[in-house]
Amino acid sequence: MLYALLIYGDEADVDATPDGMNAMVDQYRDYEGWLADRGVKRGAEALYPTDQATTMRVRGEEAMTTDGPFAETKEQLGGFYLIECDHLDDALEAARMCPGSRRGAVEVRPVVDFAQFEGGP
Amino acid sequence: MGDFDLAEEAVQEAFVVAIERWPRDGIPDNPGAWITTTARNRAIDRLRRERVGATKAEDANRLQELGAMADDEMHEIPDERLRLIFTCCHPALAADARVALTLRTVGGLSTREISRAFLTPEPTIAQRLVRAKRKIRQSGIPYRVPPRELLEERLAGVLSVLYLIFNEGYSATSGELIRSDLCEEAIWLARVVDRLLPEQPEVLGLLSLMLLQHSRRAARVDDVGDLVLLDDQDRSRWDQDMIDEGLATLDNAVALRSAGTYQLQAAIAALHARAPRPEDTDWPEIAGLYTALAARNPSPVVRLNRAVAIVMADGPGAGLPLVDELATELDGYHLFHATRADLLRRLGRRDEADDAYRRALDLATNPAERRFLEGRLAEA
Repeated sequence: MLYALLIYGDEADVDATPDGMNAMVDQYRDYEGWLADRGVKRGAEALYPTDQATTMRVRGEEAMTTDGPFAETKEQLGGFYLIECDHLDDALEAARMCPGSRRGAVEVRPVVDFAQFEGGP
Repeated sequence: MGDFDLAEEAVQEAFVVAIERWPRDGIPDNPGAWITTTARNRAIDRLRRERVGATKAEDANRLQELGAMADDEMHEIPDERLRLIFTCCHPALAADARVALTLRTVGGLSTREISRAFLTPEPTIAQRLVRAKRKIRQSGIPYRVPPRELLEERLAGVLSVLYLIFNEGYSATSGELIRSDLCEEAIWLARVVDRLLPEQPEVLGLLSLMLLQHSRRAARVDDVGDLVLLDDQDRSRWDQDMIDEGLATLDNAVALRSAGTYQLQAAIAALHARAPRPEDTDWPEIAGLYTALAARNPSPVVRLNRAVAIVMADGPGAGLPLVDELATELDGYHLFHATRADLLRRLGRRDEADDAYRRALDLATNPAERRFLEGRLAEA
């Protein structure tokens, strides 16, 4: 099964000093090694903070473009991994090992498999 | 004994079918019963294939034995039951859904019985079950016994579920007051968990607690099926072997030197079990244990029991204010009103007592409990 690990954290808490960024890079490098040992990673991206976000809403024919994220929350989506595991326990273990679960929280979501639907893509 | 190998093979075949089918079709409403039924059908199929030279009468006997054996055989395969329990108790499910799902699929209770065990409306339970099953399927919760490194962490949830199964058996929703099969099922499951995960103080604590409570089953109900209070029970009818095992199990738990809520409750039950007569009961010690229990688990029901123990140690006047504190939280719980009624009656406040008995009667569904309450009301 395919799972998305959605990494949430408080952007204000990120240590943006060179040392802080290096420490985070080291932690994620270790994590990438852990994932590679298990061969489960299918994709991953990190996102710029929400001050770089632009949100689009279309109501009727009107497009509304606003500065900032969809919702103002205490913890923001900062990135994600896509992993393939046999079952939820393995995905939860990957979430537990993810550095993001120590600072903020990692939400584990099963990815929809459209092949299960008749006439799906 | 009948054809042991045949039954064993049939049960294993049923599991193979289950493993193939469940991920595709979803877990059936009652997987335990499903497996037993499937195993029986498979065995009967096989007997029909093998029926060469055997008389019809012999076949009929074998089939009958097999029906009984498929059930016994289920109890010899702890992993299968445990797999189901741990799946139902998975932490990705909401706590209340875990309990409901285990009671429904492993314990085989109806949604109505579960709703009473939870003090929760029946439609809420039904919806909880539907959502939980959908999450098991869609989020890929594994159907397995967790590996050793996860086992201990997931044990607490399993134990609370087992105790709820036991309690449903101990005070059944309808029909006979005690459903021994459910109590024995819970005790058996606790033994299986103890075998799988030995020397866990709380597993032993829960096993001891259930044994000590169940040892009183014969004395709890009289000849016409009415409830008999602890004080009025014929203690010679208590199951002494079960008491001995419960006390020894508690000793083993305590020797591991890590206190917990089940051990505290077992220690309370042990003080009752050790008293030859009601007046020999060490109520101050019991009240102290309930105070320790309430500090760990300040649930309204625990606080109600603590109040009752204080009544026994210091009289109804000392307990009534503690009971009244719980009036809002326990308004829907018949035993709260029954307890309050009893205290008011003993304090000579007959009118208030009768009101409380009527309120308890509005809520009580078990016929034996209802008869007891009606009897008290008629004494006026």
